Amino acid sequence: MTDMNILLAGFGGQGILFTGKVIAYSGLMEGKEVSWLPSYGPEMRGGTANCSVCLSDAAIGSPLVTNPDVLVAMNLPSLDKFENDVVPGGLIIVDSSIIKKKVERTDVKTIYIPASEIAENAGIKGAANMVILGKLFKETNFCTPDNLDKGLQKTIPAKKMDLLDKNRLCIKLGTEN
Amino acid sequence: MAEKVLMKGNEAIAEAAIAAGCRHFFGYPITPQTEVAAYMSKRMPKIGGVYLQAESEVASINMVLGAGAAGVRVMTSTSSPGISLMSEGISYIAGSDVPCLIVNVERGGPGLGGIQPSQSDYFQATKATGHGDFHMLVFAPSTVQETVDLISDAFDLGDKYRMPTMILSDGLLGQMMEPVILPEHKEPTDDKDWAAKGHQGKRAHNVVNSLYIDPKELEDLNFKRFEKYKHIMETEQRAEEYLVNDADIIIVAFGASSRISHSAVDMARKQGIKAGLIRPITLWPFPEKFIKKHVGHAKAFLSVEMNMGQMVEDVKLTVKDEKPVHFFGRTGGMVPTPKEVLEQIIKINGGEC
Repeated sequence: MTDMNILLAGFGGQGILFTGKVIAYSGLMEGKEVSWLPSYGPEMRGGTANCSVCLSDAAIGSPLVTNPDVLVAMNLPSLDKFENDVVPGGLIIVDSSIIKKKVERTDVKTIYIPASEIAENAGIKGAANMVILGKLFKETNFCTPDNLDKGLQKTIPAKKMDLLDKNRLCIKLGTEN
Repeated sequence: MAEKVLMKGNEAIAEAAIAAGCRHFFGYPITPQTEVAAYMSKRMPKIGGVYLQAESEVASINMVLGAGAAGVRVMTSTSSPGISLMSEGISYIAGSDVPCLIVNVERGGPGLGGIQPSQSDYFQATKATGHGDFHMLVFAPSTVQETVDLISDAFDLGDKYRMPTMILSDGLLGQMMEPVILPEHKEPTDDKDWAAKGHQGKRAHNVVNSLYIDPKELEDLNFKRFEKYKHIMETEQRAEEYLVNDADIIIVAFGASSRISHSAVDMARKQGIKAGLIRPITLWPFPEKFIKKHVGHAKAFLSVEMNMGQMVEDVKLTVKDEKPVHFFGRTGGMVPTPKEVLEQIIKINGGEC
C-alpha cells in the first residue's frame, strides 16, 4: 500500500470519528505512520461530523486532508461538500441507503453500498459505519485482516467490548456486499 | 519499551504532565483546549492530585502562583483569550521566580476570534505575555510525541531556572491523534529550598513575592534575572534542521506550520529546488544560532506561520540585511496547504507557478 489520505464525513452519531479511529489504529498495528483529526466546533455541534485520517510510510505533514484519496460519504451534505475535492483516480464510498444522488465525477471510482440497510437487516441498527469500513478495507487493503481486527479491539472502549462481535459481523458484511 | 498508543494531543498533554509528577491543575474550559482539563478532572482525583475548575482564568493563574510558591509541580492550560486573561498573573509568577507550566492551545484571534487552529500568539508568548521585564521558556512541539517529551523538559527547566514555562500548541496539534509512547512516571516532589510550604519553626521564613517598593532593589533583581535569561539564551536554544546544509531557500516554521512546510520542502526537492527547513523548538529563547549557521549559503529565508507575520521579525533580526527574508501566512483558523507553501518557494526561487 502507498500513502493514503482518507476523509470520512456524515452526521454526528453515525460513528464517523470512531470509524476513523479504527482505521488509524489498524494502520498503527500495520507499522504505519498515522494521524487522525476530527472536525470540532460549531460544525460538529450543528450535526455534521468529519474526520481526516492519514496513513503513510513516512512522517505525516499536514494531518488535515483537503484532497482525499478516499472519501466516505454517509450523508448528502457531505457528498455535496467534498465530492469535488477527491483526487482524480480516487475512491468515493457512498452509503446508498441514505444518499439517493449519484456521484457526478467520472474520474473517480465510486462504490454505492446500502450500508444502513445491511446493518439493519443484520439486526445491528446504527452500525452502517462498520459495514462501510468493511467495504473500504476490501477495496483498499489498507492493512491486513488481522491488524484490522486488532485496530477494532483497541478502539472499542472496555465497557462496550460486548459489541465487538457485532462490529466484526458488520465489517464482514461490508466485505461481502 | 512501552507500547505505542493512539492519543489526542490534548489528552497526551495531561497524561505527560501527570507522568512528570504534576498533581495540581487549575483551569477553566475553552475550545480547543478543553480535553486537557477534562482528562485531568478524571485522573487527578484517582491519584491523589488536585483538579480545580476555577471561576475564571484570572483565578486559575493565581491558584497556580500559590501552588507553585509552595513548591509543587503545577500547571494550567487554556487557549488564546484565556492567556490574555492570565497575563497579569503570569507576570506575578515571573516576578516571584516561581516555576509552573502554562499550556496554550492556540485558536484564531484577535478578540473572541474563532476556535480553529492558529499561531497568532507568538508575540504574546515570546515578547509580551504581561507587564514588566520578563521572559518565559516557550516550547513549540510539532507532534503529539514531541508535546509529551517537551512537557517533562518544561517542568524540569522551569524548576532549574525558577521561571514559568509555556507549551505553545494549537488547535490542530491539540485535537489530532497520533501514536505516542508515554514516559515513565516520576514521583511528585515539593523539595525546593526556597518554597513557602511550612517549616515548624525550624528555619527562617521563605518569602515568595513580586512587590519591591525600593527601585534600587527592584532594578538589582531585574538585572539578576536578566543574567539568568542571558545564560538561557546561550544554552537552551533548540531547533531541528531538515535538508538545510545545501539549501538555497530555508523555511523557518514551528509547530503545525512546520509539518506543512516539511511536506512543501519535500515537494520542492522533487522539482530540483534546494529547499530546507529550520524548525524552532524553543521560541524563547529564539534559536538564532541555528539560523546564523546558514545565513552564508542560503539565498533567501521564508517564515511560514499561521498568523499575519510575527516570528518573521525574529528571523529578520537574526538574518539582518544579509539575505532576503520572506513571509507567508494564513490566519483566522485557516491552515496553509503544502501546495501553497511550495508556490511561495517556487516564486522566491525565481520561477513561475
